Order: sequence, then structure tokens, then C-alpha cells
Amino acid sequence: MESLNPISSNSFGADVHLSTKDVHVWFGQRHVLEGVNLEFPVNSVTALIGPSGCGKSTFIRTLNRMHELIPNAKLAGEVLLKGQNIYAVGVDPIQVRINIGMVFQKPNPFPTMTIRGNVLSGLRLSGKHSRNEDELVENSLQAASLWNEVKDRLDSPAGSLSGGQQQRLCIARALALAPDVLLMDEPCSALDPGSTIRIEETIRSISKNMTVVIVTHNMQQAQRVSEQTAFFLAEDNNPGYVVEAGLTNDIFHNPKDKRTEDYVSGRFG
Amino acid sequence: MAKSQESFDLVDLKLKVSGRGDRLFFGFSSVAAYFAFSLVFLIVIFLGNASFSTFKTQGLAFFTGSTWDDAAGVYQIFPMLVGSVLCSILGLLISAPISIAIAYFIEFMAPPRLAKALTNIVDLLAALPSIVIAIWGAFVFAPVAAQWAQIINNKLGFIPGLQNTSGTFVGSPFIAGWILAIMMTPIITSVCREIIGSVDKDLVSAALALGGTRFSTMRRVVIPTARGGITGGILLGLGRGLGETIAVLYVLNLVFIVNFNILENYGGSVAPMIAAYYGESSEVGVSALLAAGVALFLITLFVNLIAQIFVGRYEKKMAS
Repeated sequence: MESLNPISSNSFGADVHLSTKDVHVWFGQRHVLEGVNLEFPVNSVTALIGPSGCGKSTFIRTLNRMHELIPNAKLAGEVLLKGQNIYAVGVDPIQVRINIGMVFQKPNPFPTMTIRGNVLSGLRLSGKHSRNEDELVENSLQAASLWNEVKDRLDSPAGSLSGGQQQRLCIARALALAPDVLLMDEPCSALDPGSTIRIEETIRSISKNMTVVIVTHNMQQAQRVSEQTAFFLAEDNNPGYVVEAGLTNDIFHNPKDKRTEDYVSGRFG
Repeated sequence: MAKSQESFDLVDLKLKVSGRGDRLFFGFSSVAAYFAFSLVFLIVIFLGNASFSTFKTQGLAFFTGSTWDDAAGVYQIFPMLVGSVLCSILGLLISAPISIAIAYFIEFMAPPRLAKALTNIVDLLAALPSIVIAIWGAFVFAPVAAQWAQIINNKLGFIPGLQNTSGTFVGSPFIAGWILAIMMTPIITSVCREIIGSVDKDLVSAALALGGTRFSTMRRVVIPTARGGITGGILLGLGRGLGETIAVLYVLNLVFIVNFNILENYGGSVAPMIAAYYGESSEVGVSALLAAGVALFLITLFVNLIAQIFVGRYEKKMAS
């Protein structure tokens, strides 16, 4: 089969885990995203970059069906998780969101729950059960590199943590559901540089056995954490689209498109 | 060098009045404010003065006894107090879940236009005059609710509180509770709507992204976060129910016997009792009715105070 995109099983040498085919998005009558074809290989990190309003945050929300919660939002095209369209009739969006976790821009742990309660919140919310909750809490917090800082105060309220710790708690909370894919929408934009580095280390470590898609405004961050990068652009009220996608190294050092080159070298955006 | 803050002349802007229009408006506002304040003060004095003799002659039995005999000069309101609380709690049991559900639907599920329409419709319900609900309740709703009551009694009559020995199902606290629920729903909904609306939308997104359903998101995240404010809203509804007069008067069969069987065909409630007896009471009787009013006022005041503490504490928490 011919590859739709530079990020493919061929160019990267890994199986495609998640892919999109001709994804379009509308808010009411407004066409905001046009014909996005991307492929996310297994256990890799893909960065979505581009200026504000280019549709990258909108796009990441189509990957776990969070997009459809926005009133008047419409979508065309296919999002395939291991070959199966997550928008197909009969697919439960709740199951999709359990398989494809999400971390948001602003750390948003549940303020009424303890640290432990936050890690287990996905189980409670989705009605799933775990045979060993203590082990799940420890493993999830370990994976999010937070365990050593909170192991003695698991029953403290989540609000007692610092911003960076809260964001790692949100990562732990998503990991507790053992998702296949983790989506991160500008996870460090509300954090200080020190916390950002910790989160980036966490992303590197979880991507050893998980596919990660991260939206970022920070081009250094994209280069530090990702193997692939897709550059989104929206021009003059036209819908956003992918200008260029490929290995991160190529996008930043050997871009094929002039607009990509201008953006990554800081000439606009 | 910039002047240090202490060296500025501080001007009290609140009291600075200039120009004739301003002075007139200021004068009018002050008079209105002082008038309202004095009016409340005078009403309290009047109530205290008028009811004092009753409290003095009846003693504690005024609150704990079950006889009201104007001719004999015995005035006791225990069944009415119990009834007020019972009917209002019944009303809350019905209206609180409905109100929370409406509020959640408006804030999180309805498309904007429907949300706006629903908000207006629920507020309109609050604008319906009590007498309209009273007449509708007595002639349209009561016969229907009496049938529901009969069905409940048939199936669950063995449970204490759901018994009925009279065989008649109209005039019961059950029906009064439903009518109160209709009157409480708008106020509880409007408080809950604002409180639920102030819950961080990011938390809702987070819950849904973790595989939450609409219901589990509401139960595990939205309601716990908004708990204090919702409690306040429910207590405001309770205050509304305790004070309701005419609508309960039309649907409840007032009898001076303590009744906890909600399907039985009689009950009590302080406010409608005052309205019912006012016209045919002696001078001493009227004083006793006013004393009953004072008792109800104190209960309502207490409930509202607690409600304000809850709502206030919630708003403070949200602001921080």
C-alpha cells in the first residue's frame, strides 16, 4: 500500500499504531482543518507544531473523540487505531478515550480527591476495576516520575502539589488506565523550565512502551522529545492543514517546504 | 523619586458627593436604605410584642403540645411544626435531584440555544403566582397524585411512613410535598446552575478524557467539587418550602395530630395554618398565630443562615 505521508512504517521502520485519513473538521459552518493524513508509529513521540490557530489542538482532540464534545463540531475522515476506525458505527467513545489517554495544557487534577484518588479516578469514572490498586497507584506514579516525591503523602489533597507535580499526577492518572496512546496538548506551557524538563524526561521514558502525540509551541521541546514532527499551518481564514511531516531532524534541519523552514527558523509564528 | 504611599492624601470616595443630582440621589438612597432597615426592625418589635403574651401563657407546650382550642385558650403547634418540616423535606427529596439534573443538563449538555430557553422556562416557573399553583394543585394535580399515592400504598404500604388507614389519599403531606417541589425547583435549579457553571470546565474535560460517562463525571467530579454551593441552594429551597402558604393550604388537610404517614389524608404546616385560622380567631388567638409565625420565622432564618454560610464558603473557595 502506498504511504499517505512521510511518517510511515517505511520511513521510520516501525508499525503504524495510529493514523488519520483525510480528517476534516468544522465548527458550525467554519472549516477549520483540512485533509490531515498522519501516521504515528508504535512507541514513538510525534510533535505537532505550528502557529496559534492552525488547528493542531483541534486535531489532537479528534484522536480520542474529545472533539465531538464541543457543540456544533463536525468531522469527516477516519482515525484508525491499529487499523480500526474509532469513529465507526458501534465504537464506544468511552472505550476510545480509555485506550487513548489525554493530558491537558493546564494541570487539572481533581481538587476534591487525594493524590491516590486522582491516580485511581479513571477507574472510578469508567467503572473499571483493578485487582491491586496499591500496585497500580505505585506503578503509575513511578512511570510519571512522581512516586518518590509523593509516596509518603498519597492521602494528601492533589492541590497540595506544585504545578509541575500536578501535571505529572495528571500523566500518572492517564497512565493508570494503561492506554495505548497518550495525547498531550501543550503539557508544559503553564510550567516553569525546571518542571518542563522533568515532564520531558517523563515523556521520553513512557514512550519506550507507548505512542505519544504532543502539541507544543516550543520548538526546542519538539526537537528534544520527538522522533517525528508535523507542521500545521492555517493561512488567512483558510482551514488549517499539514504543510510537512517527517522525521524531526529533517523538519528542523532539512525541511522540504519553504514555509516550514521559515517557521522553524523563527521567521514567523 | 516616587512618593511613598503614606504621603498620598487618602480621599474617601464612598462619601464624596458633588452636584445637585448626586446629592438628591444620595439622599433618596439613604432614606430608602434606612427605611428598609427600620421597617424590619419595627416588624420584629411588633411580632415580639404581639407574640410575647402567648409564649408567656402557653410556655414550652406551645412548641411541644398538639391542641389548638381558641375557646379554651390553648394554643400548641407541634403537629404544624412537624408538618412544615415533613412537607418541605418531601419537596426537597423530589426537587433536589431534579434541579441538579436540570442544572447539569443546562450547563454541560444542552446546545446553547436550548440551554437559554430552558433557563428562562425554569425561571418563569418561579414567576407563577402561588395562587395559580394552588388552584392547579387542588383541582388538577391532587386527584392524579392521589392515584400515585394509592399505588405506592398498595405496593409498599407495609413500610412505616407509607401507611394509610383512612382509605382517602387527597390532602396528604405527599401531595403537599409535590406542590412544594414545583415551587422549590426554580430556586434550587438557578443556584445549582450558577454553582455547576462555575466548576472548572477543564475538570469536566479531564473526567471525560479518562473514560468518564456523563453520569460518572457528574457524580465523581462535578457534584463533589460544587458540593458546598449545591447544599446552600438546597437549603434555600428548604426555606422557600417552609414559608409557602397558599399552595399548601389548598392541597393539605390541616389537622392538629402529628402525622408521619405521608400518604395519610391529613397533615400540618405552620404558614397555611396561620392563613386558615386568622379570620376566625379571637384577639388572643391572633396573638398565638403571630407566635406561630415567629416560630416559623426563626426556623426559616436559621435555614437561610446556614444556606448563606454554605454558599459563601463555596464562593470563597472558588475565588482562591
